[in-house]
Amino acid sequence: MTVKAQDERLKPIAFWQRLLLRPELGSVAGLVVVFAFFAVVAGSSGFLSWAGTRNYLEVAAQLGILASAVALLMIAGEFDLSVGSMVGAAAVGIALLAHPSYGDLPLGLALLVTMSFALLIGYVNGYLVLRTGLPSFIVTLAMMFILAGANIGFTKLITKLTIVSGLNEKIAQDPVARLFTGELLGLPAAVWWWLGVTAVLSFVLLSTPFGNWIFGAGGDANAARNVGVPVWRVKITLFMLTAAAATLLAAIQVMGLGSANVLQGQGKELEAIAAAVIGGCLLTGGYGSVIGAGIGALILAMVQQGIVYTNIDLDWFKVMVGGMILGAVTLNNYLRKLSLQVRR
Amino acid sequence: MTPLVELRKVSKYFGPVVALKDIDMKVYAGEVHCLLGDNGAGKSTLIKTLSGVYPPSEGQILLEGEPVVFNSPRDALDRGIATVYQDLAMLPLMSIARNFFLGREPKRRWGPFTLYDAAFAARVAREELRKIGINIRDPDQPVGTLSGGERQSVAIARAVYFGAKVLILDEPTSALGVKESAVVLRYIVQAKLRGLGVIFITHNVHHAWAVGDTFTVLNRGRSYGTFKKAETTREQLLQMMAGGEELEALSVELELIAKKDPIAAAQVEQRLAEDLHGPN
Repeated sequence: MTVKAQDERLKPIAFWQRLLLRPELGSVAGLVVVFAFFAVVAGSSGFLSWAGTRNYLEVAAQLGILASAVALLMIAGEFDLSVGSMVGAAAVGIALLAHPSYGDLPLGLALLVTMSFALLIGYVNGYLVLRTGLPSFIVTLAMMFILAGANIGFTKLITKLTIVSGLNEKIAQDPVARLFTGELLGLPAAVWWWLGVTAVLSFVLLSTPFGNWIFGAGGDANAARNVGVPVWRVKITLFMLTAAAATLLAAIQVMGLGSANVLQGQGKELEAIAAAVIGGCLLTGGYGSVIGAGIGALILAMVQQGIVYTNIDLDWFKVMVGGMILGAVTLNNYLRKLSLQVRR
Repeated sequence: MTPLVELRKVSKYFGPVVALKDIDMKVYAGEVHCLLGDNGAGKSTLIKTLSGVYPPSEGQILLEGEPVVFNSPRDALDRGIATVYQDLAMLPLMSIARNFFLGREPKRRWGPFTLYDAAFAARVAREELRKIGINIRDPDQPVGTLSGGERQSVAIARAVYFGAKVLILDEPTSALGVKESAVVLRYIVQAKLRGLGVIFITHNVHHAWAVGDTFTVLNRGRSYGTFKKAETTREQLLQMMAGGEELEALSVELELIAKKDPIAAAQVEQRLAEDLHGPN
């Protein structure tokens, strides 16, 4: 890190200037503000208690598992709107395959089969996007409807209902379930999954050649291809990853509740995108952070759970979410411009 | 001495359009070979043929005396022909070091995992840029913080670092200011002194004249021939690029304007003279 000062314009880089280069900076600021707000407004009514903390951590974990994979895909320049429907399809898939009256497979095997199906859907998403050259927004929008519709259709055909319940006994007996429902150090398994997935994906993004390809594929797919980045492989892998993340979330939810609902996960695709964007991801790709997406999920969860401890009606939650998104994106935009200026 | 790259009677047709016809060209190691021509002269088609984007319709490309066929740009790159296009293939929001190594990431082992060697990338990027006179404070700063000329230089430095023997530069100075152009021109000379064969495509005769050793002039898909610097003058090159004809038409047009507004015509003429021959 030593450079001979041959140029009088070269000043040492200040710590704060270095910080500006971090895409998640805006979300950290947002987190502090949101936490402070609820600590002041609702601190005495339970927001700061262990139960309150646990509450929003669990909500954040469920969203964060999706958001971390969605963030990688967004950095690679693509969307996946089908990820919410995938949660519902995977949940029903696991439930039906494991249900004593239907598949009666061991939970682990049911999960494995469902995961294979999800990976296939992810592959199809990626293949269609790349093959047709259509925006992933359109392709995965279509997949969102197809998955949601087929899920309701098949489930009603098989069970006559839109809910698959009655798995509690099976879950209680199966040791595999404890991986998704257990607790460690007072925190539910979902939170540990979230932290693990976020850590691994962030590591992949920042510290492996594949991570560099993700930035490259999203920054300028043509330029990246010209220098030898396998853009197809990168994008298809990431579409498969978001489908896998949806299945992981489905497993956590099914084994926690003992039942699956065809409507499960709907709308989560937009919340995950919101978390990723709050965390500094650019809609146009090439820029963003997995950690940021995790912080984004934490902010959204804090707002959603925090509002319960205030006098504000829960109906206002979405207004706050919208405000958060606008505020965070404006701030991120400003910070990014600043980071390109201070170095000149 | 065998040329690094030789074109023998290369032609390229797009359907009925003759984009290139019977082009002969030799590029030697340690020279800057300028490829001159007006818009539509066939410069871009020629470099795309050389860099593996298009196969030639007729004729041969020889690399160090051996006939070669490139199936893709990557193929040409692997054989040591690196092309730096106008749009540069740089990602503004990505760091300098990551841009420098995109597609050819330095790797290190960590247990069973292959990791991106960020420290190596930062060190090499900083070192290579210092060699060309760009001192960066931090190789982790985004490429977007560099000026256009510096970005061009980074792209050239990257090609050189990854072992290019022939460096094709497509209009590297066309979008740059005077000082920025000077930076790039200086680096073209440095690349030549390192023994690379540089093909410098431009329609700016002044830039070509400043660094070129050899000049090939294209007009409407055909070559006017290759000239050593001692055998020609700037004015001759300019005349060939414009194809004579257009300049005549232009002076007729000027006469017409002069009848209506002599002062404006004089200004136009003077500006034109400066553009063509440089301020004297």
